[in-house]
Amino acid sequence: MIPRPRPERFRLRRTMMFMNAQKPGLIKDAYIYGCDSIMLDLEDAVAENQKDAARFSLYHALKTIDYGDTEVIVRINGLDTPHWQEDIRVCVAGGADGIRIAKCESAQDVLTVEKAVEAAEEEFGVEKGRTLLMAALESPKGILNAYEICAASPRMFGVAISGGDFRKCMQTTPQRDGVDMMVARGQMLIAARAAGIQCFDTVFTNLDDQEGFEAEVLQNKAMGFDGKSLINPKQIRFVHQVFAPTEKEIRQAEKIVRAYREQSAAGVGVFTVDGKMIDIAFIPGAERTLKLARACGLWEGDLV
Amino acid sequence: MKNAVGREIPDFLLKDGREVYQGKNYMDGKYIQKASPRTRRYEKPQESKLVETLADALRQCGARSGMTFSFHHHLRDGDYVVNMVMKAAIEELGLEDLTIAASSLGNAHDPIADYIEQGKVIGIQTSGIRGRMGEVVSAGKLKTPAIIRSHGGRPRAIEGGEVHIDIAFIAAPTSDCVGNCRGIGGKSNCGSMGYAMTDAKYADHVVVVTDCLVDFPNMPASVEAIDVDAVVVVDSIGNPKKIASAAARISQNPRDLMMAENVAKVIASTPYFKEGFSFQTGVGGPSLAANLFLEKYMDERNIKMGWAIGGICGPMVELLKKGKVGKVIDVQDFDLDAVNSINQTPNHFEMSASQYANPANKGAFVNKLDFVVLAALEIDTGFNVNVLTGSDGVLRGAPGGHPDTAAGAKCCIIVTPLIRGRMATVCEHVVTVTTPGDCVDVLVTDYGIAVNPLRPDLIECLDKAGIPHVTVEELKEKAYSLVGRPDDLQWEDEVVAVLEARDGTILDVVRKIRPYTLYRD
Amino acid sequence: MEILKPAIAGTLESSDVQVAVEPIEEGVEIYLESSVMNQYGRQIKDTVLQTLERLGVDKVRITVLDKGALDCTIKARVECAVFRSCGASDANIPWGGVIR
Repeated sequence: MIPRPRPERFRLRRTMMFMNAQKPGLIKDAYIYGCDSIMLDLEDAVAENQKDAARFSLYHALKTIDYGDTEVIVRINGLDTPHWQEDIRVCVAGGADGIRIAKCESAQDVLTVEKAVEAAEEEFGVEKGRTLLMAALESPKGILNAYEICAASPRMFGVAISGGDFRKCMQTTPQRDGVDMMVARGQMLIAARAAGIQCFDTVFTNLDDQEGFEAEVLQNKAMGFDGKSLINPKQIRFVHQVFAPTEKEIRQAEKIVRAYREQSAAGVGVFTVDGKMIDIAFIPGAERTLKLARACGLWEGDLV
Repeated sequence: MKNAVGREIPDFLLKDGREVYQGKNYMDGKYIQKASPRTRRYEKPQESKLVETLADALRQCGARSGMTFSFHHHLRDGDYVVNMVMKAAIEELGLEDLTIAASSLGNAHDPIADYIEQGKVIGIQTSGIRGRMGEVVSAGKLKTPAIIRSHGGRPRAIEGGEVHIDIAFIAAPTSDCVGNCRGIGGKSNCGSMGYAMTDAKYADHVVVVTDCLVDFPNMPASVEAIDVDAVVVVDSIGNPKKIASAAARISQNPRDLMMAENVAKVIASTPYFKEGFSFQTGVGGPSLAANLFLEKYMDERNIKMGWAIGGICGPMVELLKKGKVGKVIDVQDFDLDAVNSINQTPNHFEMSASQYANPANKGAFVNKLDFVVLAALEIDTGFNVNVLTGSDGVLRGAPGGHPDTAAGAKCCIIVTPLIRGRMATVCEHVVTVTTPGDCVDVLVTDYGIAVNPLRPDLIECLDKAGIPHVTVEELKEKAYSLVGRPDDLQWEDEVVAVLEARDGTILDVVRKIRPYTLYRD
Repeated sequence: MEILKPAIAGTLESSDVQVAVEPIEEGVEIYLESSVMNQYGRQIKDTVLQTLERLGVDKVRITVLDKGALDCTIKARVECAVFRSCGASDANIPWGGVIR
């Protein structure tokens, strides 16, 4: 049994890679590709008559495999299925870092899952509040209720849009410029930021269309997403490349943090760096840039 | 007696001056007495050397029981010739006690397993042994131990007379009526015929088997009429689909790609990666994919590859056509792109196995290699590689050019996943040593990179380039932590195969496996 | 647990193992085939028998067709087959109890 540290609610999550929890060959070492989180899937990837088998596999994988620093999240079956309660029990008992709620449409859905998670934590003697939650918004209703979902629980660390189902509801298909989901992505981002949680974009499923994939990742970054769900390890590298801060951003952040430490020690609240006015509001962003830079192997300082 | 890689070699094999493996370059500077074949004179002008059937050709060459027949493996898994010839010899002529000396044997030759079981074939000398033949030999059914040689070791043994070939059979995609052969222009094309060349020069008799007779003279010939006794035309020498695949495609497997990228990184970190460097790669997933990433580094540093050798396939031909490699010298072709390019694309040349890899001549191509990228079935903490036996102890592989290129190259990189299913590729002791650890420099796996401690210079290169690496022991422990420590294989005393080092000393032996069955205890 | 009806779990894909159980009158009968028999046959047998013992199964014919599965997968497949044979595989699994 591999003890896992208490999950961090806010950590680097540029890439979340989906893996079928029922396939032993896949889940045994998905972490070697260096994604930030892996998403073991009990939902769509697992056939209806193999849900039970997938849970047994998942339990032993969680208990046996050393995932190291990679976050381990499990996508459970929807609340409209007979599977989700047992899914939650196995996730909590196995010690998954987090649970992704499929087809989430309201704050009540989050609370329903939270209640079951709490009961499972009690049942299996797991520290209360350890198991994190994130929600997948897959319908117009989910998008419209994005803020209440994001703010529903202190366990919530993020929200993601699931493009396949959402586009079907909206009677559209993937478009080159992303116009099909522009509003939904935007609304979800606003809700996530307002609630202070992270926000992730949907998977890009056409593995042969690298150009389209890259365009979408660039747009994700420009819109302010924290990361993206992936279906293949070969997608990881580009996302990490795009989400890495530039040399200039790193230098700037370093200066801001350093100057802030010095100035605040001297009792100064507002100061200038390279002619720009800086105050405390700039600090979280600068610190995030440095943490990201370190994760990307671009910075080795000890300021954060 | 224990040899330099710690393998116990039974004394009965150490006769007639045969020694155990002593380490790299042990034979350097020694002299070799070359053998000379006893060949028939054809002084009187002949219109043609065509004979009706294989049986006729065998009779004409004085075939009898106890002889050694040689074959080459350019037709790969599509080959019909070995089975056809052995059938004629055994079933039509009633010959027995035959030895097959082939450059390699594979799944296409399953029927030979029957002849082994019947005791008609008593000796096998080859690089590769797989399929049913591997199983029956592992089960101890071959009368004499099989002799496994590398692609360079084979021409050495032939030229030095350790293998005397009575009749060499040349599988020729095209031939004229007197036996000038080429690997192209027919219906079962294989491109290079490099492995057949030494056979034709050193065999007492040479029989060409073709399915496409062309006008005299078939030039430029890979095997020349001056060495050929008889030509037999058959319906088909092989299945073209299995001889050369449509095109060796670069793997899309993310694991392969990740390892390939690291291989390229390692290469680019060494001082040998400079204008005019030389290179060989295998055609396995990650090895071949290394081409792709290497090209990026070449572009980035604005350098070109001087030359490439080996078994050749499409991606290398592509580099040649793009002007990114100066010359390609080719002993075998793996796909149609390579077959269609050899001797057609400027600077794409054919070479013999001896020229490629023989350690006993005056300087084979492998000796000038900067880099070789190779696969492994197993590699141990002494960097010894096994590419012959499965981790269950059964023969199912081929040293091929592995030991030759590893010994010759300045930087030999092994690329392999840490585990395959439940098999630990990186392990404590390989089942069989096919390439000694002193020839292997870097190991790239999906769980990390390790450098042979014999190469502190390369460790420094990796450190300078910021490429993380670990010890091979750490990789082994990681592998065992995933799959569990395997039980030791159980062997009988009987030796079923002798593994010759490329210089002719004995590197290892394979014994008869005692399979695990439930409820023995 | 008592094996009530024949049940099967797992696949014949590489790295997986297919486990079938059926009720018998007495004892544990094991049939094992594995692609890694020579190196891991003994360990696989031990894992299967220990898992059955933990589940309290003492009357079963179990067929194990292994394609190089890791121990964690072997346990999962044996457990799933046994729970399926009792019609109890869908809910209230004793995670961390006999399943461990």
